[in-house]
Amino acid sequence: MKDDLRRDPRKEWIARNRLHPDHQRVLAELGRGAASAEWLGPQGIMRKDPHRVGFIGPSGIKRIDRSGAQQAATASDIRQRGAAADTRQSIDIETPAFLVAVVPDMSAGRLSSQDRDVLGLARQLADADPQRPGAVLAVLFGEHKEEALSEAGIDRLLHLEGNEFAGYTPEARLAALMAVERQWAPRHWLLPDSALGGADLGRRLAARLGERPATGVWQLNAGTDEAGWQCLARGAAGTRDIQRPLPRVVLALAECAEPVYEARHAARRVELSQALPETLGRITDMGAVAVDPAGVALAEAEFILSAGNGVKDWAGFHRAAEVLQATKGASRVAVDDGFMPRDRQVGATGTWVTARVYVAVGISGAIQHLQGIQSCDKVVAINFDGGCDMVKRADLAVLGDASQILAALVALVEQYRQQQQESRDAA
Amino acid sequence: MPHDANSQTSARAQPHGGGQPSVAVLVSMGRHPLTERARRADQDARAVEMALSLGDVQPRLLHAGHFDQDSEAALRGYLGMGFDALELIEQEPGADVIAALCDRLRDAAPQLVLTGARAETDEGSGLLPYLLAEALGWPIVASLASIERIEQGEATLLQALPRGQRRRLRVRLPAVFTVDGSAPAPRQSAFGPARRGVVERIACTSLQDAAFAEWRIQPARKRPKRLKIVKAASARDRFKAAAAKAEGGGGQVLADVTPEQGAEAIFKLLQEEGVLR
Ligand SMILES: Cc1cc2nc3c(=O)[nH]c(=O)nc-3n(C[C@H](O)[C@H](O)[C@H](O)COP(=O)(O)OP(=O)(O)OC[C@H]3O[C@@H](n4cnc5c(N)ncnc54)[C@H](O)[C@@H]3O)c2cc1C
Repeated sequence: MKDDLRRDPRKEWIARNRLHPDHQRVLAELGRGAASAEWLGPQGIMRKDPHRVGFIGPSGIKRIDRSGAQQAATASDIRQRGAAADTRQSIDIETPAFLVAVVPDMSAGRLSSQDRDVLGLARQLADADPQRPGAVLAVLFGEHKEEALSEAGIDRLLHLEGNEFAGYTPEARLAALMAVERQWAPRHWLLPDSALGGADLGRRLAARLGERPATGVWQLNAGTDEAGWQCLARGAAGTRDIQRPLPRVVLALAECAEPVYEARHAARRVELSQALPETLGRITDMGAVAVDPAGVALAEAEFILSAGNGVKDWAGFHRAAEVLQATKGASRVAVDDGFMPRDRQVGATGTWVTARVYVAVGISGAIQHLQGIQSCDKVVAINFDGGCDMVKRADLAVLGDASQILAALVALVEQYRQQQQESRDAA
Repeated sequence: MPHDANSQTSARAQPHGGGQPSVAVLVSMGRHPLTERARRADQDARAVEMALSLGDVQPRLLHAGHFDQDSEAALRGYLGMGFDALELIEQEPGADVIAALCDRLRDAAPQLVLTGARAETDEGSGLLPYLLAEALGWPIVASLASIERIEQGEATLLQALPRGQRRRLRVRLPAVFTVDGSAPAPRQSAFGPARRGVVERIACTSLQDAAFAEWRIQPARKRPKRLKIVKAASARDRFKAAAAKAEGGGGQVLADVTPEQGAEAIFKLLQEEGVLR
């Protein structure tokens, strides 16, 4: 009974009459609000009432906001916007015509930006013919912490875990890729041409497959005819461009294609049907070697502890850098005052650093300094002054006295090192 | 040359004792990036330097390619690093040298083959060492920083990782190693030895690289810079994205905490990022 359509002719009349004093109230009651600005006319044509769109802004002027973000929030609006939060298309390719295999580097357990570009390139190849779409198969080795795999354009996911893939294990990885080749015979193999990642593995794979790969590929052009993919590759130490037909194995440079934004792909798990054969390892990884962080060039250091004018206890700072095994950096003031050597200066007139973690101790964050740390991933600021620019830039800012905080940090890290040592001794 | 090629073949299977391993360095013709003049290739010269640092036995230099004025100038650059002779396997221009090199290495059977990661001319794909290793059935390791020691048929070496990091590897010999810019810089090439050195030419049939001849090769174009593309549904969002400051806040600020609490937070971040070793 409740759903019976009851008409109130009077209200309908008021709703049609824009000049009626109750017009707005009745519109809202009928639940037509802003939505009623558009309706299907009797001839089947969409009609719009331009007077009904928009809202009265704070200064009494009528505003039209076509993004829909600012309209009166009726119930239906909220529902619509909730859905709009993720408007990306979901794509699940049931029976792909072919596979494009990608082996991302997964450096530090996450898809690197080059990995995403290569996946974007793979999508170009897979989606070229909408009638016969291919699927992108990603082969991941070892553990990873990437959550957004489906957002990078992966249809099928082969995740190979296990001790045999830990560290530098090109032989085991190559054996796994050959198993993939036997099981699925992908139409293309795409790898990032990145030092010690895909560049190494991809060349091994190409040599094993007996395919001549294209290396240093940075552009892909759909040719005129059927099998006409052409690629543009860097050759001769980056001084030549080679245009050639696209081979089966492709090693691509960063920014070779746009990464995938618009769609979510299924990233369905697949497994190898056969267990991997034991490989005879002739290369043994003996682990990372402790390098003297002071010897690492500032520009390529991964972890920098940087001192500014706010550092008063220099012995404490040097000790902290030693315990944390961080490369030392400095602001210009610290260098000019003679506390740090000139080659440690970070910033516009110093070095542009690319650290993953940059800890700025007592640095105010002058623009000349901030320029130098543009490409750092995580910035930690230790400073007195909560209003300074470095604190605004930082991902984590701790306000307080630098020497005390550094001393506490040193104590923590020493304790952690000791625990590690004990557990190693126990093992 | 102190090498006797035939006596080395049997040494391959045996564990190598205290003796010096035999080393072959594959060198190629380089080209200066700006002037395009023929010169020794930088990475190959680093490989030669690494081979020289291994011990007293002189490494053997090997080049496969066409012999003309340009390549002679380049090859003499290697001789000037302190060599009496260099073997040149003669090939026609535009030949695929893999098979010729592979045959030669099989005969010579060195314990170690060192070479630069990629050539400075032609395709420069860096594939050659991998193809050689595959054909010979030897392991290959890329991007060497140094060779620490060689004993009992195993080499212990340091591999250069990005960001100045190093990794220690142990590899069974014989093996192919490649060297790139992170290896120690090569010594200068001295003029006298470069003049005096002999290029020993070995005739060899050559296979033409047919595919390469079909490709279009042009000077490298400048790559277009990637634009910051704003994916927004409406003009308003696009405007907001364009007008936004590049580095918005959103960082966590810890005020009024004890130094210990602050240090704890920093420690946690460092651990999450995995920079504490
Ligand atoms: C042409 C030009 C080029 C320049 N190039 C560079 C460059 O390449 N690199 C560079 O770094 N600078 C450069 N500068 C200098 C730059 O403008 C700043 O002067 C400089 O970066 C400031 O250094 P600072 O942050 O260490 O010192 P300050 O600005 O003095 O900041 C010190 C900070 O430490 C905090 N502090 C003080 N005591 C403590 C404490 N006990 N505990 C915690 N925090 C404390 C303060 O609150 C303050 O925020 C350049 C300047 C010019 C004009």
